[in-house]
Amino acid sequence: MGVAAVDVRRPEQLDQVDALIIPGGESTTIGKLAAQYGIISKVRERAAEGMPVWGTCAGAIFIAKNVPAHPHPLAALMDMTVERNVFGRQIDSFEADLDMPVIGPKPFHAIFIRAPRIARVGDGVDVLATLNDGTVVAARQGRLLATSFHPELTPDRRLHEYFLSLIGGAP
Amino acid sequence: MAVTSGTKSGSVSAATGTWALKRGLAQMLKGGVIMDVVTAEHAKIAEDAGAVAVMALERVPADIRAAGGVARMSDPQKIVEIEAAVTIPVMAKCRIGHFAEAQVLEALGVDYIDESEVLTPADEQYHVAKHGFTVPFVCGARDLGEALRRIDEGAAMIRSKGEAGTGNIVEAVRHLRAITSALRDLHEHAHDEAFLLTKAGEYRVPVDLVRQVAQDGKLPVVLFCAGGIATPADASLTMQLGAEGNFVGSGIFKSEDPARRAKAIVEATTHYTDAKLIAEVSRGLGEPMRGISMESIPPEERLAVRGW
Repeated sequence: MGVAAVDVRRPEQLDQVDALIIPGGESTTIGKLAAQYGIISKVRERAAEGMPVWGTCAGAIFIAKNVPAHPHPLAALMDMTVERNVFGRQIDSFEADLDMPVIGPKPFHAIFIRAPRIARVGDGVDVLATLNDGTVVAARQGRLLATSFHPELTPDRRLHEYFLSLIGGAP
Repeated sequence: MAVTSGTKSGSVSAATGTWALKRGLAQMLKGGVIMDVVTAEHAKIAEDAGAVAVMALERVPADIRAAGGVARMSDPQKIVEIEAAVTIPVMAKCRIGHFAEAQVLEALGVDYIDESEVLTPADEQYHVAKHGFTVPFVCGARDLGEALRRIDEGAAMIRSKGEAGTGNIVEAVRHLRAITSALRDLHEHAHDEAFLLTKAGEYRVPVDLVRQVAQDGKLPVVLFCAGGIATPADASLTMQLGAEGNFVGSGIFKSEDPARRAKAIVEATTHYTDAKLIAEVSRGLGEPMRGISMESIPPEERLAVRGW
């Protein structure tokens, strides 16, 4: 896609990137390690400077301002409430086609693994996709993007392109 | 669960238990540590230390080794308690070929099943036919052929077998090296059809699977290390040898200070190339588990030879 990707493990690496993707994983583990190595304060600082941040699944939990009953500190960037593991355990994980007008008319095939949902969005947060029961699974606030599902596990690059378009553009 | 998609023009039913979902959960655990736990208290310590998942079993492998007798899946009551205690994924072990234990574990809602040589095998001819389950499976392997046979049966994650319950990393290193060097060899011969056909015969798997692995130069599923990790440096060693994450069993709860050791092993796995950091987290951890040399284990007591 004409973009170099680096693995960020230490806070100083955040000075060298134009945008940050926080992929899936376990939010308890991510939150713990990120707090311990000073990554949380650095992510907040860079996001305040306008660096785009995209959280998928556990990453969406990481950037949400409100996560009920989460045991560890998180980055708390985006005005939304994200609830963890709401669809059940792994046997309830699912794939579904989502209507997502911001990336074009073709549905986006989305993979939900022990996924969270976006239970509430604040003013200034746009809903980008819902399940057909109305559950919000993708949202954007300025240069912040959150998805409950895993675009990193499917070959469709349209969401990656959409995220890259947030770099340097109007917030 | 009947969730359907949000398409306006005719909705498509959502699918569960797909290959992408099974492999995908293991992808989310990459770079992390999965810890053996017997009780909910263990599970809580593991989660607090930063484990990405816990593995429920009746006894840690060192105790299975010491106790002898038949080792089976955990008491369902224990599994339910562990599920209630943590929010990270809960895995559990079933015996090789014991598809009824696997069915019970699936009914209990475990997130991954380890069809494990650490428990006493239930079937000397067949492993569990794993494609038929909604829940994903992880299986142990000593070499690439064994890994591919398990993947062909439906395993969505592979781990080295190592020699569980020994605190001795030598067997896991042997298995990891065997898998990664065979992967390199296949990749170098990716366009040598005769070679791939021969390997498919040797490995007893379809040539299509061998072709795909040869082209990619890697397994189609995540590869973790298991069996014998006892220190943060062990965890770094296996990651540098190509493991994508670590299972730690007896190494934590058979050591002097499980909580601190668990945390140190998590940090060493995340920052496996940072020797200074690993030196720092390794200081004053107390006694590791005692450990057993391979020479002192009679052949009939070795666990890695179970399965084929």
